Amino acid sequence: MARELPYIAAIAEAIREEMERDETVLYFGQNIATSENDPFLQAFGSDRVRVTPISETAEIGMAVGAAFAGYRPVVELYMAEFMLVAMDQVVNEAPRFHYMTGGQVRVPVVLKAGYGFTAGWAGQHTGSIYGMFMGVPGLKVALPATAADAKGLMTASIRDDNPVVFFHHYLLTLEHGEVPEGEHVVPLGRANVVREGGDVTIVALGYMLGQALAAADQLAAEGVNAEVIDPRCLAPLDTPRVLESVEKTGRLVIVDQSTRHGSAAAVIAAEAASEGFSSLKAPIRLVCALDATIPYSEPMEAYLLPDATKVVTAVQQVLGEAPVPA
Amino acid sequence: MWRIRVFEERVGRLTRANEIHGLVHLSAGQEAVAVGVCSQLRDDDAVYSGHRAHGHAIAKGAPLEGVMAELMGREGGLCRGLGGSMHLVDVEHGFLGATGVVGGNVPLALGSALAARLSGSDAVAVVFFGDGAVQGGIFAESVNLAALWRLPAILVCENNGFAEFTPRSAHTTVERVSDVVAPWELERETVDGNEVLEVHAAFGRFLEQARAGQGPFLLECLTHRLGGHYEGDPQLYREALAAAEWQELDPILRLQRALGHDGFEEEAGAEVEAAVEVARASPFPGPDLGAELVYA
Repeated sequence: MARELPYIAAIAEAIREEMERDETVLYFGQNIATSENDPFLQAFGSDRVRVTPISETAEIGMAVGAAFAGYRPVVELYMAEFMLVAMDQVVNEAPRFHYMTGGQVRVPVVLKAGYGFTAGWAGQHTGSIYGMFMGVPGLKVALPATAADAKGLMTASIRDDNPVVFFHHYLLTLEHGEVPEGEHVVPLGRANVVREGGDVTIVALGYMLGQALAAADQLAAEGVNAEVIDPRCLAPLDTPRVLESVEKTGRLVIVDQSTRHGSAAAVIAAEAASEGFSSLKAPIRLVCALDATIPYSEPMEAYLLPDATKVVTAVQQVLGEAPVPA
Repeated sequence: MWRIRVFEERVGRLTRANEIHGLVHLSAGQEAVAVGVCSQLRDDDAVYSGHRAHGHAIAKGAPLEGVMAELMGREGGLCRGLGGSMHLVDVEHGFLGATGVVGGNVPLALGSALAARLSGSDAVAVVFFGDGAVQGGIFAESVNLAALWRLPAILVCENNGFAEFTPRSAHTTVERVSDVVAPWELERETVDGNEVLEVHAAFGRFLEQARAGQGPFLLECLTHRLGGHYEGDPQLYREALAAAEWQELDPILRLQRALGHDGFEEEAGAEVEAAVEVARASPFPGPDLGAELVYA
């Protein structure tokens, strides 16, 4: 059975269902329960649902220590940028302990962080910084683009014995989608081919999936059939799925809301160029944000960010139908 | 304490001979803190330490061969050679870890304390850190959270007056670590960290209360780091203690004088040599191990 739920509710449902199923799952973070009537607090009590002060490093470090002892904490961080405050714990502690201890401990922590809210929240609250976390060995990175995947990936993240950073896009917060009731797991590391096509492969991350699908519709009207792939997870990355598609289409466009350098798009492009070179009929095009801090002014935001029109242009470029700027 | 002292001195020689590779930080001189604290703990009490962790690991029950083999990067090491000196972990004995980023271990200990509380156990969490860790933001954050949630955690500060290569006076205006935590009103005490019986007694008082669910606590142990910050540090930044002065301060010699006992230097020497032999015989890990443990 599936029903329509907004993306944000699908995530909350996953957390709630896992907390019901497994009493070792904890939920903490700043402002997560602002009154006694909060549903999580009511359902699970103040031992398992804890409001923390503004101290990301202590929150995440504590989650790691509790994970060593067999608990499965979910830490609500609200914004990806707040994780930057705690980078030692996110990069140097959580993902390294299983390895450095020769496998003696596991760190089943989920760091839930929102990103990408390009609505005038300006330079420090608007980034799409998931690329930074992709290369950290031992750290998994989930990036759902639909409500159903948001629930499925959150469930998988909580059940995973490794630390997972779960990035949810703020512009998708109220996007409704069909979400299965009850247990729904989307394995980490499995991409989804959202639209099949033979002329070009478009890999789209997070909110950009919508933009890519809109571009695909426009392109279809011009007789170009795009295959659109949503990786859903950046680490582990389903490179084989992308390569399979590129083998079929020979052309690759990657659309990613983050700035270009050091982006997930750049990593995917490198994999395709390195492992799928013989399939490529044209250079790979990346449609990313300009390498700048997202500005505050509304028209400026739009100028910097990728959108469906820019994706269409990129596809035309790889088809040789539009010039590539020098 | 002799086991730790002899072990650390042996490790120093092995490092200089390149049989132990990389960065090691020796704890000779600070044995009384490790032993005064850990001798009272159980395997299910979680202990965390920083980069100067060999003494703490051994005092908590990690086998000498396991530690030595780990320092030599061997498969038979506590962490199969993947962690090394700064990442010693022995889960079986509750030594949950040495960490390499100063202060990074403090919130981890809070997590263990929280877990003990949630599971209804009277286990406690202990974290060893130096006076250098106290000025980092993570320290204040952690003390705040531990105090707010009254976690059964005992913070043990080895105040040896130096943070890496500079004296405490170059780091802060607050001389005593126990004064730094005063605003949070946790129970705290400063003791002579070179008097093992004093450390033992003070820690014992906090331990009893922590087992009853109270906390957090801070025990500041004033001690002395015999060697440099890391093995190989030329220590141009401080004057060496005169041998006579050290005779007075040495925690091991003090205890021997107090008890009229000759000590266990020889026995410790034999045990450490045996550990070196076992470690040397252990193979290096194979290349497959590199990829195997990236994900659980």
